[in-house]
Amino acid sequence: MSKTTKEVQIGDVAAQASTHLQGERMALNVGPSHPTTHGVLRLMMELDGDLITACEPVVGYLHRGDEKIAENMTYNQFVPYTDRLDYLAPLANNVAYAITVENLTGLEVPDRCRAIRVLVCEMARISSHLLGMGVFGMDAGAWTPFMYTFTEREKLYTLFEELTGARFTTSYTRIGGVARDIPEGWLSKVEKFCDQLPRAINEVEKLLTRNRIFLDRTEGIGVISKEDAIAFGITGPNLRASGVDLDLRKDKPYLGYEQYDFDVPIGTKGDCYDRYLVRIEEVRQSIKIIKQVIASFPGGLWYAEDARKIFAPPKDKIMSSMEELIQNFMIVTEGPQVPPGETYFEAENPKGALGFYLVSKGGGVPYRLKIRAPSFCNLSILEKLVPGHMLSDITVILGSLDFVMGECDR
Amino acid sequence: MIDDCFVKSLLEEHPFLELKHQEDCLTLLCPSEDIIAFCTNLRDERTFDLLVDLTAIDHGEKSQDRFSVVSHFYSLIHKDYLRVHYFCSDTENPEVPSLSEVFPAANWHEREVFDMFGISFTNHPNLKRILMWDDYPYFPLRKDFPLAGIEVPLPAPDVSEVTQAGVEAAPMMGGPFVSSSGGRMSQTEPRAKDESWTEGSTKPL
Repeated sequence: MSKTTKEVQIGDVAAQASTHLQGERMALNVGPSHPTTHGVLRLMMELDGDLITACEPVVGYLHRGDEKIAENMTYNQFVPYTDRLDYLAPLANNVAYAITVENLTGLEVPDRCRAIRVLVCEMARISSHLLGMGVFGMDAGAWTPFMYTFTEREKLYTLFEELTGARFTTSYTRIGGVARDIPEGWLSKVEKFCDQLPRAINEVEKLLTRNRIFLDRTEGIGVISKEDAIAFGITGPNLRASGVDLDLRKDKPYLGYEQYDFDVPIGTKGDCYDRYLVRIEEVRQSIKIIKQVIASFPGGLWYAEDARKIFAPPKDKIMSSMEELIQNFMIVTEGPQVPPGETYFEAENPKGALGFYLVSKGGGVPYRLKIRAPSFCNLSILEKLVPGHMLSDITVILGSLDFVMGECDR
Repeated sequence: MIDDCFVKSLLEEHPFLELKHQEDCLTLLCPSEDIIAFCTNLRDERTFDLLVDLTAIDHGEKSQDRFSVVSHFYSLIHKDYLRVHYFCSDTENPEVPSLSEVFPAANWHEREVFDMFGISFTNHPNLKRILMWDDYPYFPLRKDFPLAGIEVPLPAPDVSEVTQAGVEAAPMMGGPFVSSSGGRMSQTEPRAKDESWTEGSTKPL
């Protein structure tokens, strides 16, 4: 349809007016120390009024050189360092690292050890998601759910303390097993916790899931398409919220996850709201898995007998038996003898797929250990995701991605 | 899972590939000049569209090809991983083609490799340091870089001008027990190493 001269003129005036109003772009730094950034992430942004036109994430403020340290540590010595990667789910990191080394050494762990590991992994997932959801609610302006989720998380930490002796930095696994067996009566406490958790989750859901303000702030915000999510290597709940059915517990089962019956929640739109829904459902599925593990808890040893020969002989025998004494001496001076080779293992951690790429040239220390941190990969999409949103959406987008800088910067 | 049929057709289509035996997943050695074409084929024809990891290995100063890059791909259809090694041509100025055109996920991974190993990636859109600060002069994950670190100027020149402070090497004296691979037993056993003598005196011999 052709336009009259007058219409075109009016259009021109409107266009000129809007360019006049646009004015200069403003540069804004968020972080590295800002409540929104959940740690030390820095976003360098270019703003046009309230609209973000460009965003460059800057990471590395928490870099400690974990990979360099790993090259100078015997295998078991590195376990405490894995706590400090995703420090909201240290147990899951411990397990992922232990499995990687076991795969290279060819160790099979007994059923009881695997059951304990599944149990602690799922508890770590619940604890991490509880924090993720609570903080996400707080980022969107809802303070109360945070109190509910933190109350539950506190109960979990009490259980972790009873199991590992530490609330936060657990260092629970050893190569070829776990540090100690579960304490007496601990399983029933876990079961009791699982029985009352759904009530708390329901309360959080009542406060958030149909909350008009929460919906307005999260629906249609920070949409990650299926294609983008795969192209940028996003994993975990963030990937599943975008509608990609990838859960390593189902697709490449480890620790005997194939025995347990659970569903993998998938999002449809890939926005911030979907990421929240996926996490809520994953907590429910984790409860389901924990109950199944407890119902079929196997007896036996919690460590592989072979692992003791390679990594550490039993403590009580070192001082009484000649063979174990010699073994202990060799392991301490030479380090455990791990065969040369390379292996890559990914575990489905709460934040995404935590991968360890281990290269050994024989001897007591890894030649190279690369840590594939899910938060690092998940944050790389920010440059593409953020522009086009309002400044106030930043808090919601970052909250919904649920990242940990300790893991991102390593 | 990847079956023999897949491997066979892959090797037939790309005769330059070399198969390496590894227990955990299919491992291939690819010449670095063919890597872009091969990875594009992996993504478009072979369903390996998720680049999960990209990193490098320093094989030591004495080895002929010092640096190699390792990528891991995952296929949602095969539900399996695939590993590709490719070597950097030059030891002094190591360089390989960048995968970030094909896989946007490679962008940050390659920046990290550049930061830690000093390998440059040709045609990378934004090749600069990611974990260390921009002016940092060393490549920390190279084997010749000491664990304790090396003293360098502060990242903020205006602050260091006033305070005369620098970034010091980590105090290793009596510090964490570390081991090293290879060599005599007396050198490899875990012990506190005094790579840096930071107590106001020079390192005793």
